[in-house]
Amino acid sequence: MKFGVVVFPGSNCDHDAWYAVTANLGQQAEFLWHDSTRIGGVDAVILPGGFAYGDYLRCGAIAKFSPIMSAVRKFAADGGIVMGICNGFQILAESGLLPGALIRNRGLKFVCAPVDLRVATLNSPFTAASNKGDVLTIPIAHGEGCYIADERVLDELEAEDRVLLRYVNNPNGSMRDIAGITNAGRNVLGMMPHPERATDPLMGSTSGLAIFQSVLSSAAVASR
Amino acid sequence: MSAITPDLLQRHHITTSEYETILKELGREPTLTELGIFSVMWSEHCSYKSSRIHLKKLPTRGKLVVQGPGENAGIIDIGQGYAIAFKIESHNHPSFIEPFQGAATGVGGILRDIFTMGARPIAVLDALRFGTLDDPRDGARNRRILEGVVGGISHYGNCFGVPTAGGECVFEDGYAGNPLVNVFALGVVKKEDIFYAKAAGAGNPVIYVGAKTGRDGVHGATMASAEFTEEAMAKRPNVQVGDPFMEKLLLEACIEAMKTGAVIGIQDMGAAGLTCSTCEMGSRGNVGVEIDLMHVPQRESGMSPYDIMLSESQERMLLVAEKGREEEVFAVFRKWGLDAATIGVVIPENTMRVKNHGVVVAEIPNPALTDAAPLYDRPHAVPPYRLAPMQGPTFASHDLGTDLRKLLSSADLCSKQYIWRQYDYMVRTNTTLGPGADAAVVRIKETGTSVAMSLDGNGRYCYLSPREGAKLMVAECCRNVSTVGALPIAATNNLNFGNPERPEIMAQLVEAIEGMAEACSYFETPITGGNVSLYNETRTGGELVAIYPTPVMGIVGVMPTKSPVPMAFQNAGRDIVLLGGLGACDETRFGGTQYAKQILHDLWGLPPALDMALEKRVQAAVRQVIAEDLAESSHDIGDGGLAVALAECCFSPGGVGANIDLDSNMRAEHLLFHEDPSRIFVSTSNAARILNIAKEHNIPALVIGQTVPGKLTISNRGKVMLTDTVAALRILWEGALEKLLQPASRDV
Repeated sequence: MKFGVVVFPGSNCDHDAWYAVTANLGQQAEFLWHDSTRIGGVDAVILPGGFAYGDYLRCGAIAKFSPIMSAVRKFAADGGIVMGICNGFQILAESGLLPGALIRNRGLKFVCAPVDLRVATLNSPFTAASNKGDVLTIPIAHGEGCYIADERVLDELEAEDRVLLRYVNNPNGSMRDIAGITNAGRNVLGMMPHPERATDPLMGSTSGLAIFQSVLSSAAVASR
Repeated sequence: MSAITPDLLQRHHITTSEYETILKELGREPTLTELGIFSVMWSEHCSYKSSRIHLKKLPTRGKLVVQGPGENAGIIDIGQGYAIAFKIESHNHPSFIEPFQGAATGVGGILRDIFTMGARPIAVLDALRFGTLDDPRDGARNRRILEGVVGGISHYGNCFGVPTAGGECVFEDGYAGNPLVNVFALGVVKKEDIFYAKAAGAGNPVIYVGAKTGRDGVHGATMASAEFTEEAMAKRPNVQVGDPFMEKLLLEACIEAMKTGAVIGIQDMGAAGLTCSTCEMGSRGNVGVEIDLMHVPQRESGMSPYDIMLSESQERMLLVAEKGREEEVFAVFRKWGLDAATIGVVIPENTMRVKNHGVVVAEIPNPALTDAAPLYDRPHAVPPYRLAPMQGPTFASHDLGTDLRKLLSSADLCSKQYIWRQYDYMVRTNTTLGPGADAAVVRIKETGTSVAMSLDGNGRYCYLSPREGAKLMVAECCRNVSTVGALPIAATNNLNFGNPERPEIMAQLVEAIEGMAEACSYFETPITGGNVSLYNETRTGGELVAIYPTPVMGIVGVMPTKSPVPMAFQNAGRDIVLLGGLGACDETRFGGTQYAKQILHDLWGLPPALDMALEKRVQAAVRQVIAEDLAESSHDIGDGGLAVALAECCFSPGGVGANIDLDSNMRAEHLLFHEDPSRIFVSTSNAARILNIAKEHNIPALVIGQTVPGKLTISNRGKVMLTDTVAALRILWEGALEKLLQPASRDV
């Protein structure tokens, strides 16, 4: 499988995502420059963590206007797999590809720590290879990761089984402990924790592999 | 048009005799711009005029040293065609005036020092000193400074994308009006891709890249070279504002531009901005640089040549490219959306020539700024400043368990998780051992090797004896690196002292440098660069308060990449082996301990005694123990002594405790809390082999007890000295800092 890793000028987890899918998962990857309008022949797109254009304005507010995002929008509309991690989630929310918004953490401070996440559903290409109720230990590193949406949206997400991951001990005040969601088409993932940081035993946890392996096995099923 | 008045000289911190040298070197009166240039180049911060003569005593050579002091960062060969670049820098004065931006730009400055050498930064560590957080008078301000500094480091490092992987943080009253913010950064570079800050080739273009120049930071370097007065707070505009996103762009663009092969030399504009980079790049290449200020990208209109030359606007670089290949460089910077402009040219004569719209506003031979810079052998033939007595009070502990709890919940010894949770210590997915460990360990993906790093300083020890304190600091720093299994190979230092014009302060500096030199030679860790920060004193209400002499050491070591040995006990039922033995202590050597500070609120006597030969053997032994995979955990004994170190090992998620039984004649307070160096303990299922290794290295070693579930008990000859549950100790240790930072008075 070939992953496209989008590189905004302020992305700083682009190399980590690239390393995770190539070295730790044995897949192919290429970088997609932010002012390109073409995605090319990749099977999945990763919007990595970082500070896309500095994020001095609201996180992702500028990134949503970047040329690559119009290509990502089209790619997603055609059913392509898109994974927004941390800043990538913020960008997807700003772009309207996912509902809700990410605001300042409840404690008003940046938090970097491994956190426990409960897999809330297997009904997505991002969680299919786990077991329901599994607890994944995956790090967070963000200042603006508090997920909010209005009640109607939250109810809808839950009714449609689109909440994929929940915090076991909510670190940032996210509503209903939401750590990761998917879109109505179930091909776009947004999650604040960094699965790419948990794909190597040296880094203390390999829980993040579950997310990537789900994507791989779903792709294998789809192409069968 | 004689404009240079005594008042003007004073405002530039230029003495009469220094001015005479300027007149002699130029053969005429300087222009105002030239005077400004001299003042920053000859400031303590840039010229090291008080310390240079003594810094020469430091060992700087070694077979792995690729680049020693004199460049933007030191470089060490780590094999397989790769090298590491690292250095430590202080940003003390700006961090007092504006904690958030002061600390943020401190991080920015040291990162540029690293990537200007072609190295990609892979780790940052910081050594911080603040006033006491619960001080009735200054507590609120000290807490605000801490929050600001930590916020600034977090803001800059997290956005830039470098892990802040470790450091240390200590509190003393003396730092209330003068906090210390020392930032260490380390990067990795292929040996063939190293760049130097050297101009070459007359006719080659000089290119300015990065942020536009504004008036911010004009005279930052001279500010950092004078003691603080309350009026100095009015210098707030001297503090620069950092833009980590811009820095990230600059990093990527510089590294990409270097790959084109069109770049000849490059230097960041840090302290003294355009002045320093123009002069030093020419001077190092034995050529000159001529620039015209009208080409310098400017943020505001109406800036004078003086402002432009002295601005310390952040995130700027100066580079020399190969003539005819400018476009290759420009293309890279355009791609990253950065300003780049040719502002001058390399000239054959060793001179700095500054024009403004074609008119020369400054023309100074480079040697006049560098070689002719003042060099002072300041008087120091007096005992180093200290007020502490040699004799301590008589004391007896009421309850040793209470003492331990007090120590664990003190600001110095408690968990600093509140701080480091705000740092992205994992970005780049290389941090195998992060904050809170004895040393930070970052793997290098390209080589299969890992780098261990530790920062250490002990102002109390150095106050009692600058020479012995400095040696202890080097020993401890090396020990921290060895404790995680790495071989210490090189060092960088930051010398934070008071006013060198006072002989008793200068004596502290000289003694500390000599002690450091002796220890670094002995431990084979050459010093490849560093920083000197003097005038760390504050006048408050007529009283001049000097900080404790606070040299800070950064030691780097290397080891093969593998899962690191953790500090905390992993399993119950293991033997605990103490390498180096129980050590020794007397009343005099107890006066600098954390026990004396936190329990007795006192300071006296001498720091612990160091036997460097024993220390070196203990470190070699623990490295062998770890290389043979015999240790399940490993931790050295430092501040707070044996009891605190044991408690720290109990705080794994599993909360494995220990049952210790000692056999000693020492009085209980000493036995539990003395800080004799050269001691490391490991937990193991193969104590016999470890005791054998200890014998091979000719060091004392003994099994002091076993790991057990959930409880820490320490006895001597069967008599329990203290016992507590791990859970109770952990709550105190983990929550103490947050409690201190958010006292109930906040509600008022």
